[in-house]
Amino acid sequence: MKFVKLIFWRLLAGIGVLWGAATITFLALNLTSGDPAIAILGGPDALPTPEVIAQVRKDYGLDQPLAVQYVQYLARLASGDLGESYRLKIPVVEAIAPLVAPTMSLAFCAALTAVIMSIVIALLTAKRAAWLRSLVSGTELVLTSAPSFVLGIGLLLVFAFHLHLFPVAGSQGWRSMVLPVMTLAIPATAMLTQVLRQELEDVLDQPFITMARARGLSETGVRLKHALRHALTSLITLSGFMFAFLLGGAVITENLFARQGLGRLMVEATTNSDVPIVLGVTLLAALIYVLINLVVDVLNAIVDPRIAVHS
Amino acid sequence: MSQIPPLVEVENLQVAFRNGPQVVKGVSFSVNRGECLALIGESGSGKSVTSRTLVGLTGHGSRLAADRLRFGGEDLLGASERRWRSIRGGRVGFVMQDALGSLDPLRTVGDEVAETLKLHTDLTKAQRTARVIELLASVGVPEPEVRARQLPSQLSGGLRQRALIASAIACAPQLLIADEPTTALDAAVQAQVLRLLENLRTPDNAMLVVSHDFAVVSRLADRIAVMRHGEIVEQGTAEQILHDPRHPYTQGLLAAAASLHSTALRRPTTAPPRMAIGRTGLTSHVIEAKGLSKAFKGPDARKRTAVSDVSFDLRFGETLGLVGESGSGKTTATRLVLGLETPDAGVVRLRGRAWGELSEANRRIERKRIQVVFQDPLGSFDPRYTVERVLGEALDVAGYRPGARRRARAVELLEMVRLDESFLTRRPIELSGGQRQRVAIARALAPQPEVLVCDEPVSALDVSVQVQILDLLGELKERLGLACIFISHDLGVVRRVSDRIAVMKGGQIVESGPTAEVFGAPRHEYTRELLAAIPQLKTRAEALHA
Repeated sequence: MKFVKLIFWRLLAGIGVLWGAATITFLALNLTSGDPAIAILGGPDALPTPEVIAQVRKDYGLDQPLAVQYVQYLARLASGDLGESYRLKIPVVEAIAPLVAPTMSLAFCAALTAVIMSIVIALLTAKRAAWLRSLVSGTELVLTSAPSFVLGIGLLLVFAFHLHLFPVAGSQGWRSMVLPVMTLAIPATAMLTQVLRQELEDVLDQPFITMARARGLSETGVRLKHALRHALTSLITLSGFMFAFLLGGAVITENLFARQGLGRLMVEATTNSDVPIVLGVTLLAALIYVLINLVVDVLNAIVDPRIAVHS
Repeated sequence: MSQIPPLVEVENLQVAFRNGPQVVKGVSFSVNRGECLALIGESGSGKSVTSRTLVGLTGHGSRLAADRLRFGGEDLLGASERRWRSIRGGRVGFVMQDALGSLDPLRTVGDEVAETLKLHTDLTKAQRTARVIELLASVGVPEPEVRARQLPSQLSGGLRQRALIASAIACAPQLLIADEPTTALDAAVQAQVLRLLENLRTPDNAMLVVSHDFAVVSRLADRIAVMRHGEIVEQGTAEQILHDPRHPYTQGLLAAAASLHSTALRRPTTAPPRMAIGRTGLTSHVIEAKGLSKAFKGPDARKRTAVSDVSFDLRFGETLGLVGESGSGKTTATRLVLGLETPDAGVVRLRGRAWGELSEANRRIERKRIQVVFQDPLGSFDPRYTVERVLGEALDVAGYRPGARRRARAVELLEMVRLDESFLTRRPIELSGGQRQRVAIARALAPQPEVLVCDEPVSALDVSVQVQILDLLGELKERLGLACIFISHDLGVVRRVSDRIAVMKGGQIVESGPTAEVFGAPRHEYTRELLAAIPQLKTRAEALHA
């Protein structure tokens, strides 16, 4: 019950965020991308005649005042109509929809892998021997700063070309997922682990940890039952951010591994000035951000009961 | 009859930390069944570390050696982690002070108490829940069924401490170690918790109490061991230590404690009365507070009255003691006086002028006339600053530009608080608690204030240091003609410094008057309760007789 109120307010705020994103994309479309009519007709290279341009303007409502266009645009969005792709000549929704699942599953698997690996590594290395800590955190630092294409090519060389464990490219079956997921998950793990270990070490210095030990709780028990829960709140918040970051990372990774997905669609749309597709993906990203933050807030309220009690 | 060996035997115990100094240097003691031993000492004496060797929790990087370390006839030297775990919580209960949260803030109080049962008994979940409620009831937690489901943050400090004790005694340990069990508590609550600990004693179990406070220890202990710099300087029966201390260090500690708990009053302020020209003519009051009320919105959006219809005044050069337990409204009253909060009703006049009449720019000028000294000076210093920079910043506000004159004034301030020039280059973290508080006082004196507000200025200090700081404050007030609002929960401390006393409870002043009157013939029931709750330097036997 206490979560219902929380979810309601967060959703309301989320609608505000989506409206903001829609407005900014609208302005971006009208202020920066040149004449949309020309883009619709295949770009300046297509050499459209002024009559054709005028006809397109009329058809797409581009001859209306900006304010009217804005209201019409919002009304279309509200009914789920994102417009039509300039190049593919199909509705944006139809272009995007089949690709949402592959990209989301790639990002989700990467985020889940990163969260699980970072929890395990942080639990094993927090407050342990100094040499172990500096070895692990040094490795993490290198992996956090490694560009994902370098990491991806490295993984391809070793696991695909030499060991032939996983396919080099494609979107077929779980085996094709492994290397792209790891390419995304490894730097994310390194970053999450560093934060999580710091949190764990801070918590392990608290008096209630000493009290738990004084009750006879084992080191593993202390870490799993007391310390981890405290460290989880920052992990959850960070993972939300991380998931969004991974969606962005998917753009590069999908191209590298020649996978079907939003990332590739986005790259193609950008190179071809297919503005409606770019806008559609941007709005989708905003929607995903809103939903992720909602999940993060609810999870945090579950892990830290003080949030629900005091807010 | 063969002699039963003591429950705890410690001989020549040594504890050192890696890359650090030795903190326990050859300590020997024993505790018998049915007995309570107190380890007493000031901060850094090694008393806490000593007590923790008995649960094997001396911490990361500690090295331990002893000729003998036995519990219940069992050798604990080199005990495996598994052995330790069966002893901790099962045969030895351990309680710490609550100050920084000894209960996991994310788990319910009931879960914390149940943890001990889960680890050491075969009770089912339902049986554990039932037992937790029994335990909470047995340590005097009201409505245990409700409390068990609440979070530590929803409980008062006293209830938290009780719950903590419940978690330590859940498996009826043979030895209960209590490390500063009442330190963070108000006097009345402290008295209740001490009574609870007394009631937990049986002929079969033993207790080890660690404290800096003779008054706490005297109430509980059969025997007392006095620790200093990692050594026991003296041990004996409570009666012998309290009435016939042999070691000069013990004598000094007791004298300091006695002077704080003594009934003697300070001599009244002799500074000549001063006047100021206020809006309505001459006034002899530096501060007048009339009918102050202030409410805050609570977390559940309900308004809570912090202060209601509070009136008092402060003459030039006078000290007013503001007494009350936590939550009584002392701090809010003070913030109103400082003009940091705007009252919902009532008025505060500084030298006859109300805060409300002044513009923010003028308030800033006026605020210099009132300076504050807090309980924890470390928290009020930037840790990267040197003392020179700390004082320099305060002198900057007072109109001293950087240079030789400002430096000279900084040295002068340090000398006022009995420190010297060499402290200018030190950082707060390198100073002892007493030195830090002296620097905080020097900083407060920098703008030449007329009023000093001291908010629990000695609560975090060792007793002997408390006496030194109080004496210093008394001397400075006399010399500089400072008026002072002195806030404390400790009546012994307040009595030592105040000309007049105001007792606060539930946001109101329930009694006020000259110190001698309030302490000698308290009129309000609450004042009498507070006075009765002051821990006395009496042994158990004496307390029973009285």
